Amino acid sequence: MAFDKLNSSDFKYIGTRPDRPDGVDKVTGRANYGADAYAAGMLHGAMVRSPHAHARIIRIDGSRALALAGVKAVVTRADFAEDVEGEYWNVLDNVMAGERALYHGHAVAAVAATSSLIAREAVALVDVEYEVLPHVTDVDEAMQPDAPVIREGQVSTSVPAGLSPNVVGYYEHGHGDLDAGFAEADLIIERHFTVEAAHQGYIEPHACLAQLGPDGRGELWCCTQGQWFDQKFCAALLGIETSALKVTASEIGGGFGGKTTQFIEPVALALSRKTNRPVKVVMNRSEVFKASGPTSSSSMDVKIGMTNDGRISAAQGTYRLQGGAFPGAWAMLTAQCAFAPYQINHVKTTGYDVMCNRPKVAAYRAPGSPIAAFSTESVIDELCNRLRLDPMEVRLKNAAREGTRSSYGPIYPKIGLVDCLEAAKAHPHWTSPLKEGHGRGISCGFWFNFGMETSVNLMLSEDGSIQITVGTPDIGGSRASIALMAAEELGIPYENIRVNIADTASLGFNEMSHGSRVTFACGLATVEAARDATDKLCARAAAKWGISEEAVKWRDGCAIPAGSNAGEFDPLPIEEIAGRMGRTGGPISGHHSVTPDGAGPSFAVHIVDSEVDPETGKTEITRYTVVQDAGRAIHPSYVEGQYQGGAAQGIGWALNEEYIYDEQGRLQNDGFLDYRIPVASDLPMIDTVIVETPNPGHPYGVRGVGETSICPPLAAIANSVSNAAGVRLTHLPMSPPRILKAMKERLG
Amino acid sequence: MRYHRPETFEEAVRLAAGAPGVTRFLLGGTDVLVQLRSGMVTPDVMIDLKGIPGISKVMRTEDGGWCIGAAVPGSKLGANADLVADWPGVVEGIELVGSTQIQSRATLTGNLCNASPAADGVPGLVAASATATVVGPHGSRIARVEDIPTGPGSTSLEPGEVISGINLPRRGENGGDAYLRFIPRSEMDIAVVGCAVNLRLDGDAVVEARVVLGAVAPTVLVLPDAAELLVGTALGEGELEKLAAAASAACKPISDKRGTIEFRTEVAGVLAKRAAKIAYSRAKG
Repeated sequence: MAFDKLNSSDFKYIGTRPDRPDGVDKVTGRANYGADAYAAGMLHGAMVRSPHAHARIIRIDGSRALALAGVKAVVTRADFAEDVEGEYWNVLDNVMAGERALYHGHAVAAVAATSSLIAREAVALVDVEYEVLPHVTDVDEAMQPDAPVIREGQVSTSVPAGLSPNVVGYYEHGHGDLDAGFAEADLIIERHFTVEAAHQGYIEPHACLAQLGPDGRGELWCCTQGQWFDQKFCAALLGIETSALKVTASEIGGGFGGKTTQFIEPVALALSRKTNRPVKVVMNRSEVFKASGPTSSSSMDVKIGMTNDGRISAAQGTYRLQGGAFPGAWAMLTAQCAFAPYQINHVKTTGYDVMCNRPKVAAYRAPGSPIAAFSTESVIDELCNRLRLDPMEVRLKNAAREGTRSSYGPIYPKIGLVDCLEAAKAHPHWTSPLKEGHGRGISCGFWFNFGMETSVNLMLSEDGSIQITVGTPDIGGSRASIALMAAEELGIPYENIRVNIADTASLGFNEMSHGSRVTFACGLATVEAARDATDKLCARAAAKWGISEEAVKWRDGCAIPAGSNAGEFDPLPIEEIAGRMGRTGGPISGHHSVTPDGAGPSFAVHIVDSEVDPETGKTEITRYTVVQDAGRAIHPSYVEGQYQGGAAQGIGWALNEEYIYDEQGRLQNDGFLDYRIPVASDLPMIDTVIVETPNPGHPYGVRGVGETSICPPLAAIANSVSNAAGVRLTHLPMSPPRILKAMKERLG
Repeated sequence: MRYHRPETFEEAVRLAAGAPGVTRFLLGGTDVLVQLRSGMVTPDVMIDLKGIPGISKVMRTEDGGWCIGAAVPGSKLGANADLVADWPGVVEGIELVGSTQIQSRATLTGNLCNASPAADGVPGLVAASATATVVGPHGSRIARVEDIPTGPGSTSLEPGEVISGINLPRRGENGGDAYLRFIPRSEMDIAVVGCAVNLRLDGDAVVEARVVLGAVAPTVLVLPDAAELLVGTALGEGELEKLAAAASAACKPISDKRGTIEFRTEVAGVLAKRAAKIAYSRAKG
């Protein structure tokens, strides 16, 4: 689809900053989140979880729990469907262990009781007999031929022979001749990098209310990024028809990719089916850390060759990511993203998906890309330092642009990386003097962005106001953006448009709110649905005026004659057509269903200043600037919010966030005290620059912005801190003990 | 679980002495309620002391010292300008605990009785030679603060004994104290290492010193030898380096999720130097 409007001056509503429609509900507590669902006769469910990293389940005896007053049911794997395969089986085995518990915190049984206190008490009364098995939680150890095997038979056909059965996926990308490329280089640097696993850290723990009757029909209310996926996965795991289950998404207190799969929902449904009562399950924070879907931890090797004038002549990377106890780490995406910002003639990347005794990973904001940028951009920074080259100029020299063949294959359409680099170079931050003992770092970042299945309904009310029904939970201000795009098309005030999130029974299928796709794909479908409606509105005016439909056009909320030869008629406002629509042809609505291509990659450049305490290794981020291409910023405040949010999460991951396991494979820091996300006072004001290089794939030029913002921070902060500390830091997070140790080793 | 809200210490002592199973005293509840909710402890008896008259008061004693009631929250200590002027190091210790909300509940006595080696409120008290008034079945006694915790989560208090308040000595002239802790974040965190220093000067020279470390051993460590290094000096760079070396040498830390032995040992010395400098400048006035 070609875009229709190129200049911001063409817009009346796009680019303005009205209050978000869901804001009052959220600040007054009126909004209903996952745990706010209640039903008459509701029971409370709770999980029995493995205290071991890896153990065979010998026996589960729920009789002592069932003897406790108020306990209504105990469910185990036997209460789920048996004939499930592929990713459905993976999700089933993750939400309820079968023969073996595969990680510390893995659910092995669940109880339902009349109160949450009784349910908790009952959990302790479920007797589980385990045979503890050898375990492995480190990705490099899990790849060794003699490592404990998580599960045989999971290896994809592409994996080279001779590796542990834990290596389940293998990916290669690139082009050119590496030997020739490295031969052109004046300096080659190769480094090994390690990044520990991080959690999305969303505020709202997973919560749901489930009802499933003996007739096989049910309802589920849950906190999710994609209700249709909960519907199809839960139905498959319970052995019922997809359409027999209706799923309603609650408001969502953060997801970042972590709410794109199921953890408690199928179990709540199983408990409900067994008791014939509604069952509510709410995870506590410890359960969220232990048994939801954090990121991979990873081990990477990157080698880059550069000429004396700063051209990257060749690049090679190897990426090993553990995905927990199931296939599905994101090594393919890491391998694809690693050199995506650059035009490189000779490039090759290799990715390995590895299983180990940790929770099954889920997506976290541009999964695989932040660690890719960390490894690539660290080596580029070191090359620039050694060759005494300006790191911004080197990136400009090598930057991918329209027509560049990307390192992962496709030829880029119009992209905004050079625009971002130019904007970063012109920003006062880049030229500001640096204090003694401070360091500065920059990094580029890349994310693909996605379109995917999308349906939108738009309904006209009799007073001329509009209701829009979308199927994408609002995780980042999308109601506001969708309403703005509809306001622009319809030419009516933003306040006259209400955007609702549909349940699975009320709209055609929608892919989840992920992949930075909602403002792009849902926005595109909204624009088309609005045009569908304005065509119908124009037809009513044409009928009233007795002229042809082609002779009427829509402007500023009114039907008007398309030209002077169409006749002289007063503009016919939307309210008038709406008030009479029942008598002039019936209700008016617009609809659009689409799987749009052309999501258009978004690139970013981050600039970071930091100060490191030489005696303690403690880092302070002193200045931070985000420059990113939004294509078109529909609601600039929420675009800026995404930029700042990605930077804030990146600061946490770069400096302190990590999963820490003990020698028995038990998670040591299952709470926000010792899993250290940044507090407000840890962050500087994060400055933002919105670059607009319109995406030809969207009618207004929109590109997704949600994920790219977390791609550069790990690298930009590592470069900044390394330059401040005087030593290259290759292990994230750069916690004070790691920095202090590296500084002391440098000094000998 | 049985919940009691006694109105006198005698009643509290009687209830505690006769209580079956696990007893917990409730002051601000910032440790007890968290432990309860996380399932770490399920008390059989909960004795809420906040109904006892006077327990939430800060009072200047006749000899010029201070008596801080057991239920006085951190925010009230921070708001007491005279107390802050006398013992800034003690007050900054408790004020580092948690958020503003936690500050309105968390108490020095609770921080002490929770017996965490990383308690921010305790090193400052020990450096100030503070005591606790302990009420028990056999009357009341005065105990040194450093003698209350005996290890992580355990205290020297006998069954039925309750702390009614903390006593700080008269500050006197030319004194200053300070507390510093190391955390990876800027706030809302738990000490990886803590250090309190309390000094008295005569002119430029130190005449009395106490140096105390937290989070580097099962209980706070009092470092008389390190303190002795400072006496008679004006805290020159040489003395500060010796102090750092002595503090590091005295550490008996563990490696855990919050820090390594190597890191804690190193940073204990750094904090000792920095806290000593602050205490010195406060003593100079």
